[in-house]
Amino acid sequence: MNLEKKDPISLIITGVGGQGNILISRLIGQALVDEGYSITIGETYGASQRGGSVASHVRISKKTAYSPLTPEGCADIILGLEPLESLRILTLFGNESSFVITNTRPIHTMAVVIGDAEYPRLETIKDGIAKLSQKAWYIDASKIALDMGIPLLTNIIMTGALVGAGLLPIDKDRFKDRFRMNFKKEQLALNVKAFEMGIAEVGAVH
Amino acid sequence: MAKGEEKTLGIDADKPGKAILLMGVEAIARGALEAGVGVATAYPGTPSSELIDRLSKVAKKFNMYVEWSINEKVALEIAGAASISGVRAITAMKQNGLSVALDFLSGLAYTGINKGLVLMVGDDAGALSSSNEQDSRHIARMLDLPLLEPATYQEAKDMAKWAFELSEKFSTVCILRGTTRILHGRGNVTLGELPEAKPEAVFDTSRSYAPDITFVTKIHANLHKSLTKISRVYDASPFNEYAGPENPELLVITSGTGWLYSSEAVKVLSAQKRVGILKLGTTWPLPNKLVAGYLMGAEKVLVVEEVDAFLENNIKERAADLRAGRTWTFFGKATGHIASFGEINPDKVINAISRILGRKYRARTSAYEKMRNDIAGSLLIPRELQFCAGCPHRATFWSIKDALRLDGRGGVVAGDIGCYSMAQGATGYSQTKTCHAMGSGVGVASGLGKLKQFGFRQPVLTVCGDSTFFHASIPALINSVHNESDFILLLLDNSGTAMTGFQPHPGIDRNAIGDSAPRVDAEKLCKALDIPVTIVDPYDVKQTRDEFLNILQGGNGPKVVICKRECALIRATREGALFKVKVNPDKCLGEKCGCNRYCTRVFGCPGIRWDRDTKKAEIDEAVCNGCGVCVHVCPRSAIDREARP
Repeated sequence: MNLEKKDPISLIITGVGGQGNILISRLIGQALVDEGYSITIGETYGASQRGGSVASHVRISKKTAYSPLTPEGCADIILGLEPLESLRILTLFGNESSFVITNTRPIHTMAVVIGDAEYPRLETIKDGIAKLSQKAWYIDASKIALDMGIPLLTNIIMTGALVGAGLLPIDKDRFKDRFRMNFKKEQLALNVKAFEMGIAEVGAVH
Repeated sequence: MAKGEEKTLGIDADKPGKAILLMGVEAIARGALEAGVGVATAYPGTPSSELIDRLSKVAKKFNMYVEWSINEKVALEIAGAASISGVRAITAMKQNGLSVALDFLSGLAYTGINKGLVLMVGDDAGALSSSNEQDSRHIARMLDLPLLEPATYQEAKDMAKWAFELSEKFSTVCILRGTTRILHGRGNVTLGELPEAKPEAVFDTSRSYAPDITFVTKIHANLHKSLTKISRVYDASPFNEYAGPENPELLVITSGTGWLYSSEAVKVLSAQKRVGILKLGTTWPLPNKLVAGYLMGAEKVLVVEEVDAFLENNIKERAADLRAGRTWTFFGKATGHIASFGEINPDKVINAISRILGRKYRARTSAYEKMRNDIAGSLLIPRELQFCAGCPHRATFWSIKDALRLDGRGGVVAGDIGCYSMAQGATGYSQTKTCHAMGSGVGVASGLGKLKQFGFRQPVLTVCGDSTFFHASIPALINSVHNESDFILLLLDNSGTAMTGFQPHPGIDRNAIGDSAPRVDAEKLCKALDIPVTIVDPYDVKQTRDEFLNILQGGNGPKVVICKRECALIRATREGALFKVKVNPDKCLGEKCGCNRYCTRVFGCPGIRWDRDTKKAEIDEAVCNGCGVCVHVCPRSAIDREARP
């Protein structure tokens, strides 16, 4: 199962400000530029660092540069660091053929924290995602990261899951070599471990 | 090189011909390096901050002078001084910043410059991180300055390099305008050569950069002559290109992000045989001949651009000037085909073109549309911006709220620009009531503090961050001392320019390139103005509230309280949480407690959540930054904290 014949491939990485989705788009984008692809990435940040919804649109083509924003209904893959955000992006940009890979750990919105709104049950969100996509992977990446002692590794685990799912024209081993260049020596082992945990997760939940 | 030793290539890579992934603003930094830039300055502002962030890291390697300036006007003055002394310079700012720099820029437009001087402005179309979405391009027209708008990441680099040459050739500042999706987007950029030549600075005293007041109108006339020449240069520029049939049924004229959106829209609609796209990279002055040529080959024209109808109106004016004895039907912002507010996107362009061509377009089946509308309608709740878990501002506004309630005289808080702008909303207990421009909190408070003769009885407070204090608050503060205004300035000192990524400012003991630097002490500065200064730790909510209350009820004249606590994100990234925080489930009575979920409902920190199954509060470990403030908030003392080793 991959999207090799599809051009462009549109990947949207979403989550909540501060979860680190920009690092994922950069790692994936750099690897694909090295493979000869024309990449355009549109990012939202700034105020969004302060707990808002964020999305990175990654447009991948062998032929030409595409827009930094995906047209409605044209996302092939949605990688979510937060389940409600995955669903939000899916309703805007998804179609019957979309793939979803999502972290299952909710981050409550301001309205939920202060009691003005109710966060939907995870099962209800999953049901919505299943109806609006071709296939979905659910990964408790935040729990894995917390068990490793560093909640910030969630994005690296999800990067592993994305590469491990095999939807993108990326070779796992070549990506791993490339991935290593982005980290300082003392952070490298933990990041590589988190990346591999992510790959193992998509294998485990296939 | 062994695995793990090779590094990802950045803006300094000496690899001509190699394609790498760069952010638009990084591509501009690279273009400046390829142009042999010597000086780069800015005050941070989204989406422009990364220019200096990136150049500061390679400053030593390229023998550059790079600084974070106190504000945008000073940044442009520093860059201007370099240019008139023979060194190429670049300065960057967001759209609001351009308003700050405008006074000097309008002077510079008349005096001219020497070596290339590029002003990169980041327009935040859609106001993703701004208090307005003003369109900076009007300034180019107002001051007779050449304007360039990159449409791709490659073009951002190439245009930045060329902007220095253009600026030098016509002895004028060149404005390079990017919007968020260009500056903060990323794409392939093929690197060019890095120059060997090193600039030398000399002020040629035979030249003057002070306009002789007798000749101001003559200088103005010369600027217009210059624009005519620039228009001719633009006519031949490779940054303008056309794709489509010779006489298209619809001519799309576009700039910036509009080009990729329009190209994609035409592809999605399979309308390549009916629609032609003229992309303009040089938008002021218009490339007159070029535009006229394409206008003569079309009857219907759609203009696609970010924010205002700048290009659209200029093109309509151009069409009128042609006196071609014919008419065109123009579509765009005036007709509502492209919204005249908010960010544009591929869908807006798809809709505009399909409406004009009378063609139906559906992205998805109606069954899917119905399903997604049902799911979105029932499940999706909005995600508002808020202070991060552990943010010292939340603690400060908590204390302001309590102090003003205890004071009971209806105190007013004038707000300012920074993360704490969010205090007008639920996350800051809706405490701030005004917010206009950097530093205007002190000015507005100073004005409110002078209304006693008209019966004004409310106490006045204002807030500003440590970076905003230096940026533009000081003149208003001095004004308030001299004019004896009554108000309290709460200086929210979180040790950096937090909103834009923790850049240093004059109150920090290091400079842009990371070297140690003299620190300007805000406390001493205020004391030198004979203003009484108190310092509090916002995390100590009881002491902070009592101090606020005490000062509220004290004597006349401006007063300053420095609320000093480092940004929770900087601290958490460096050393982790201060405290391990836990809700003791035996002490928390949950729904049975009379508190009515006080910790979540009223305090509202995202690090605490209400577990709907146990019906009690719990700490969200994935979010909590361990500030420990909530320990003081729980009326039953059911939240425990344990200092981290």
